[in-house]
Amino acid sequence: MDGMSLLTITVLAVFVGFEVVSKVSSTLHTPLMSGANAIHGIILVGAIIVAGQATDPWVLTVALLAVVLATANLVGGFVVTDRMLHMFHARKDAARPAAGDKAAGK
Amino acid sequence: MSVLDPAWTALLYLVAAVFFILALRGLSSPRTARRGNLVGAAGAVIAVVTVFLSARLENIPWILAAIAVGAAVAAPVARRVKMTQMPQLVALFNGVGGGAAALVALLELPHADGPWVRLAIVFTLLVGAVSFAGSGVTFAKLQELMTTRPVLFPGLPVVMAAVLLASVAAAAAVMVTGSTALAVLLLVLGLAAGALLVLPVGGADVPIVISLLNVFTGLAVAASGLVLGNVLLVVAGTLVGASGTILTRAMAAAMGRSVAGIMFGAFRGSSTAGSTAVSERPVRSSTPEDVAVLLRYAQRVIIVPGYGLAVAQGQHTAAELAQALEARGIEVDFAIHPVAGRMPGHMNVLLAEANVPYESLKEMVEINPEFKTADVALVVGANDVVNPAAKTTAGSPIYGMPILEVAAARQVVFLKRSMRPGFAGIENDLLYEPQTSLLFGDAKDSLAQVLGAVKSL
Repeated sequence: MDGMSLLTITVLAVFVGFEVVSKVSSTLHTPLMSGANAIHGIILVGAIIVAGQATDPWVLTVALLAVVLATANLVGGFVVTDRMLHMFHARKDAARPAAGDKAAGK
Repeated sequence: MSVLDPAWTALLYLVAAVFFILALRGLSSPRTARRGNLVGAAGAVIAVVTVFLSARLENIPWILAAIAVGAAVAAPVARRVKMTQMPQLVALFNGVGGGAAALVALLELPHADGPWVRLAIVFTLLVGAVSFAGSGVTFAKLQELMTTRPVLFPGLPVVMAAVLLASVAAAAAVMVTGSTALAVLLLVLGLAAGALLVLPVGGADVPIVISLLNVFTGLAVAASGLVLGNVLLVVAGTLVGASGTILTRAMAAAMGRSVAGIMFGAFRGSSTAGSTAVSERPVRSSTPEDVAVLLRYAQRVIIVPGYGLAVAQGQHTAAELAQALEARGIEVDFAIHPVAGRMPGHMNVLLAEANVPYESLKEMVEINPEFKTADVALVVGANDVVNPAAKTTAGSPIYGMPILEVAAARQVVFLKRSMRPGFAGIENDLLYEPQTSLLFGDAKDSLAQVLGAVKSL
């Protein structure tokens, strides 16, 4: 993909990122941070690509280390976020709509 | 193996990117948060399966083994960690993500063509390394492997400036030469910069730093996407960077602090440098029975839970006490400061775990006007978030932070372990006021004793 298209996508993603969390209540700050943290674990895809192209054993070793670290970020991030949110889930019926709902529901 | 042609690959990456956007949106609302997280995980699975089916990969058994190792280490830890220790775990996961991005960039350097790709590589190396080391120091602070106070030494600004200048020089050299040895040097400088950046940050500001480092890792991942020409990494990294920026600012606003002030305050000598000194001023100490009488004959009680409650695992006992009081016709609410615990929203998670009903949890703006109608404010293991110095003492490190105005209540009872100042290390004048009494001891034990006394009245 050429540079200009990548730049376009990047800029659009910045605005989506701003918009999508603009009205979150402080109750959800921690799970949201943790969820976002899990999402950047997708660097795993990059680590897999690099490891898959490695021919030199040293390069492979470092790439596999990156795969381990990225997997820890990705898997651990989603699991710990789910645990946090499980506790909110338990009293789902009692949950009143928070300020974030208006922004989220279109 | 290359089952998927490039068009299908791009399409599946797009699907994964949309899943991530929906995940962040879902996480912004209590009703959809859990589903949002699962949507994000589904997006990640799609992306990982896609990369295996589309790219021509060698070493697949090794890669699968590495994934198995990473998952086998992280999943049990994430599942078993105590909820009180969760902030440092998030910091740790964030750090390893940054480290992975830096390693990917390092390995891509020999294949880089053109100045823009090399620029993206040096950016990823530096920011990923800063995130890795910064998160490591944050983890150590929260785990109390090291002091939670700001670490300052003479000449710190000079050392920091030298490291940053050296980083810029090394980055420029890598851009020109493409030398891997210089890239490793840049990586080491990034690690040093990350540690130096976080060391002077005071304990109370650590949550904001975690959020900021989360942004850094997001940006590093986005840049590594530019390096690899992978749109999904660009989109996911940028999303995290942008949403994390909003989140970091929202957290800082909740604490009445500016992000720049937190990161660079120490360099200007105005950080949350507190003291561990224990004051000799007289206080009124109390017994569980006295506290029980106060509570039993009150009409309105507001409980202010803090991190001390969480570390003592006393949230269940607090919930029981609230129930016992309500059964006796007393109105009980929990006043939740936005940064109670060690992360914004942390206390909500902990009390939800103890089955405290959602309606009893009142946010700060909602509960503050109600303290003056409260007979007793019961402060359990909280200190900084009720410290009037935030309103009255202009020179105080926490000056400007919004607080819970417990001083307006007719009686204030503190359950505290000791007279040691709170996480921010600032003395609380409220402790010496005439309407204040203190019950010393572990928060859970104290609550259990008070609960027993209330039941026997």
